[in-house]
Amino acid sequence: MADKDKGKLEEILRKYESELLEQWMKEQPAAGTLRRDLLSEDDLRRQSSEFVHLFRQALAGGDLVDITAENWQPLREILASISRSRAQQGVSPSETAQFVLSFKHPLFDRLRKEHGKDAEGLAEDVWVTTVLLDKLGLYTMEMFQQSREQIIAGQQAELLELSTPVVQLWPGILCIPLIGTLDSERTQVVMENLLQKISETGSQIAIIDISGVPAVDTLVAQHLLKTVAAARLMGADCLVSGISPQIAQTVVHLGVKLSDVTTKASLASALDLALRTLGLEVRNRQK
Amino acid sequence: MLTRRTETVNIALEEDIVRVRQSTRKLAVECGFSLVDQTKMVTAASELARNTFVFGRGGTATLQVIQDGGRTGLRLTFEDQGPGIADIEQAMSDGYTSGQGLGLGLGGAKRLVNEFEIRSKVGEGTTVVITRWK
Repeated sequence: MADKDKGKLEEILRKYESELLEQWMKEQPAAGTLRRDLLSEDDLRRQSSEFVHLFRQALAGGDLVDITAENWQPLREILASISRSRAQQGVSPSETAQFVLSFKHPLFDRLRKEHGKDAEGLAEDVWVTTVLLDKLGLYTMEMFQQSREQIIAGQQAELLELSTPVVQLWPGILCIPLIGTLDSERTQVVMENLLQKISETGSQIAIIDISGVPAVDTLVAQHLLKTVAAARLMGADCLVSGISPQIAQTVVHLGVKLSDVTTKASLASALDLALRTLGLEVRNRQK
Repeated sequence: MLTRRTETVNIALEEDIVRVRQSTRKLAVECGFSLVDQTKMVTAASELARNTFVFGRGGTATLQVIQDGGRTGLRLTFEDQGPGIADIEQAMSDGYTSGQGLGLGLGGAKRLVNEFEIRSKVGEGTTVVITRWK
């Protein structure tokens, strides 16, 4: 493209920057990029005006084809931050891309007025800007996706951290509250944590509380039995507590033999049993 | 018999077993099952979904809310194109396992539901249909 055309595009944007912004702001609600529930109009205006401003600066900078070039750097940064904040707010990806793409209409309108009857010049400018805005739109999508993935990775890490702490209820008594689904991987972690803690603290009794496990199928039962057996090898007795009425009935129908394991309905009764096993008792203080 | 609602879950990963359980729980609640019946159905679904995943090398679970006359029920169909079961009677018996499990899955699942049907052909796959009525 000839340099004078490049100059013309930039000139149009400079001359009509505020008008373009006004018209764009007017059209955005209809284009569906303004989620009033998530985004205030002020924020959208600020983002839009930054976009128009930096878009013009980038045009002035030279390269009109490759948006990874130096002159597009500031615009890319602002788009990345817009995508990130929208991903966190829960705006959909298409709404986020639409933000950039919706700038086409006011811009093309303006180009048409400026070029008048110069069809060739108009076609060329429209082509250049449409390619650019498409690329920028795709870039927003990519950034959006990236932020979503970061959010998911963060949540996964949090979940792993949440799972399976082994707590000491009393010297000699450990408790491991199990919550949610027990798949093979998690059960392995649970078992290792528990056995490790037994050896560290020399505890005699470990209570496995399954109040937070919604269903006990044969695999979960098998994992429990194995954990109990392993703990026994280390010289610790395991109690399983938190057996709800529906789990008790289900386990009976399944035909799983938990009779080798001491089980209790509640953590409180398991703790009571554990204390008594250790020769301790809990009493009301005498008045 | 009327099918009120159908949901299909693909079983390709271990996590999909959890999705089968969650969908089963949701539909069981919709059918108005008691907490005990919900847990029974969810546990049976968990057993069979795991069988589909482990022995059938993946497949699908189809969950249907059905109505027959005045009663409402939940019907789950597990289908795979795995190696199939040669001796169904043996597979159903407690304590028999072809893997590392307790060998209670199929028999246990049968005891947790009202109706149980199993079809299998060696080399073609296995279909298990279970139904529980409210």
